[in-house]
Amino acid sequence: MPKFQQATLANGLRIVAETDPRNYSMSLGYFVQAGSRNELDPQSGLSHFLEHMMFKGTQRRSAEDVNRELDELGGQSNAYTSEEQTVYYATVLPKFQDRIVDLLTDMMSPILDGDEFETERNVILEEIAKYEDQPPFGGFERAMEIYFSPRGLGRRVLGTSESIEAMTAERMRDYFKQRYRPENIVLAASGNVDFDALVGEIDKRTASWADRVAAETLPADDADSIPEGIELSHRVVTPDAVQAYCIQIGNGPSSGSSQRHAARLLATILGDEGGSRFFWDLIDTGRAEVATCWPQEFSDCGAWFNYLVCVPDDLESNQRFMREIIHSVVEKGVTKEELEQAVNKTAAGYIMQSERPSNRLFSIGSRWLIHNEYVDLDQSLTNIRSVDQAAIAEVAKTYLSEEPTEILAL
Amino acid sequence: MSTSTQSSADPSSQSEITTHPLPCGMTVLVQPMPWLRTAAFTLSLRSGIQTEPENRAGLASMVCEMVQRGAGSFSSRDLVAMQDNLGMDRNSGVSTATSSFGAAMPAESFGEALNLYADIVRRPHLPADQIEDARMMMIQELRAIEDEPTQRVMKRVRELHYGSRLGRGNQGTMESLAAINSDDIRQFYQATYHAGGAILTVAGRVEADTVVQLAQEAFGDWRTEDVDDAPLPSGAPVYEHIQAASSQTHIAFAFPSIPYGHPDYFAMRAGIGILSDGMSSRLFDRVREKRGLCYTVSASCHSLINAGGVFGYAGTTPARAQETLDVTLGEIRNLPSDLEQSELDRWKVRIESGLIMEQESSASRASSLASDFYQIGRAMPTAELSEIIEALTLDDVKGYWEKHPPSDYRIVTLGPEKLNV
Repeated sequence: MPKFQQATLANGLRIVAETDPRNYSMSLGYFVQAGSRNELDPQSGLSHFLEHMMFKGTQRRSAEDVNRELDELGGQSNAYTSEEQTVYYATVLPKFQDRIVDLLTDMMSPILDGDEFETERNVILEEIAKYEDQPPFGGFERAMEIYFSPRGLGRRVLGTSESIEAMTAERMRDYFKQRYRPENIVLAASGNVDFDALVGEIDKRTASWADRVAAETLPADDADSIPEGIELSHRVVTPDAVQAYCIQIGNGPSSGSSQRHAARLLATILGDEGGSRFFWDLIDTGRAEVATCWPQEFSDCGAWFNYLVCVPDDLESNQRFMREIIHSVVEKGVTKEELEQAVNKTAAGYIMQSERPSNRLFSIGSRWLIHNEYVDLDQSLTNIRSVDQAAIAEVAKTYLSEEPTEILAL
Repeated sequence: MSTSTQSSADPSSQSEITTHPLPCGMTVLVQPMPWLRTAAFTLSLRSGIQTEPENRAGLASMVCEMVQRGAGSFSSRDLVAMQDNLGMDRNSGVSTATSSFGAAMPAESFGEALNLYADIVRRPHLPADQIEDARMMMIQELRAIEDEPTQRVMKRVRELHYGSRLGRGNQGTMESLAAINSDDIRQFYQATYHAGGAILTVAGRVEADTVVQLAQEAFGDWRTEDVDDAPLPSGAPVYEHIQAASSQTHIAFAFPSIPYGHPDYFAMRAGIGILSDGMSSRLFDRVREKRGLCYTVSASCHSLINAGGVFGYAGTTPARAQETLDVTLGEIRNLPSDLEQSELDRWKVRIESGLIMEQESSASRASSLASDFYQIGRAMPTAELSEIIEALTLDDVKGYWEKHPPSDYRIVTLGPEKLNV
């Protein structure tokens, strides 16, 4: 059986692991509480830009060294940034544990070189341009901006072209010292990991992280203004699109809510890609290209998304179908058979995912970072299997009764 | 479960692949992976795009969709309910040569799941009243691609690379989809869904004897027919520009290469790995990291049974597009001139690690087995592949790329301005 272990270092850095000597691989990840919701207007896009710059060299390694060594360890490594966290992770063979610990930990003390910053600014601008060309053409970002306001959870993870053009390396260094303090960081590991060796190494290597102190104090944002580069229209203009894209956003449970399991099952019953109510009415019939829904959990609140893509001429009738399906679930709940099917499918999915340490890493690290809580596979299965029809009905009434906010891209 | 870290780290010791030709014409391959909780299968039929009539593009996909709309004693909804209740994570799809159905699941569901798929491929209802729905589904897919510039250029460059017969996409065109009727569907089903050339691969917590017995019961009396050889590719060098008011210029390129199974395949593949696998690869380092020209740039190998190609993509804002194209193709051209041992070594570690980590996924093994068997006519044991990779020298890679410099590029761009090619 996998074994859970955890430690908190003197500097406040937390280490958690789900170890299993039977695994062929090990995964390691730094989970940092630094996301777009932590940014102020002049810092917009900084968490993500910084994520890129963390690969650009340390006191001991050049940018080339970092990328080369990551590749020398042969595994999969990458990073991502969301509204609430930035994550750096790698999956390697167990024999490389010492080297990947050394490398990832060293990366967490970047030099943030000015020249590298200028080159990487272009890469970020290209990334923004790339997403402008991809459906739904910034529609999800717009939905978040309108629903949460363009600040806090509604702030764009990539920032805007304007905020990235205006960014300085100095401001990034300061943001780094503010966010990458040990109390904001969890190191998570999973798979075939030597936990005691891990804790010993990290303790030695991160002692100085408590010395990070931000110099700059930025003024609070003016809540009455709209940040530069942001539009709040419910209509996203896409001159060339052949399909219509409809995004609806409303309230949902947080990642700490006991309703989250029921909400996930409800989303499976309503909007799963094969065999849900939306699927049979809208996808199987060829009425829409996409018709789905999902809860998005944040640490202290949540959102519920509905997403519809179809021929523009069919948009209105398809919106009506979706509304009726949602209305019906709010009024009548779900059947016993539907719930059973969703539970079986979800439980099997959890079991299958758990075979790879790289899959387990993210739920272990994120959960500990935000909630200081560990949920093992059996507990996750119990949580899912104990949801009943009444709990689903309750969630549907709580979150789906109100008209959602709607954004159209067409 | 497995005994110790020591022995389970040696994949070959516990997971011998066995091959079982059934009298009906289907070949069954089994790889037991007793340390897993799951089982996975891939069922691959010779019902690919290349078997479609010229003017019925999209027919293979349409039939692949239709067979899943009710089979045996089950309606379409029954099938999905059973699959979900068995915990199957399923997929199906059509490629140039084959139609494939696959799923991963908790191991105890395997027997029932296999029987369900025997119904789907052998006893489908092909309900006439659902043809319009299936057609509409495919039209939605076609329209979706039109809004995805990356997919659009990659799809087009593939057509240009292999020619209209082998290179065309599985979605068809608005015209060809409109022309497909219920006779086409029945005839194509009759002609291509049979045991001839069929491959069933199973990996995970299963035993070979049990799998073969189940397969014999489910497919043993399936009819069989001969399968045709693959048509020849017919692509030619060309540059094509698609005018669009996009934020980026999307660049797709391809040039001819050798297929999997060719004696030089891994020498060629290592070169592409050095160019594009990983964050220290040449394209990532020299086009993105050093010059900041783009966010995405990559090249990869693709293989049909009788032809191959290297395909690449870069997306960049119009002002940097010409430089991006020039630098990218320049790096590919110059590949053999300054190869270093360390580059090959890194690529080898990557492949070796991937092979070991594949032991954590039954789905990944089942699908590798199916594609190996189709391409080279036998299973490729992990240990053998590992030896080939290990034995590869820098001279092999250099020699291959010096003797076969990339040429006859097919290039497609989409954006506000044409490039100089």
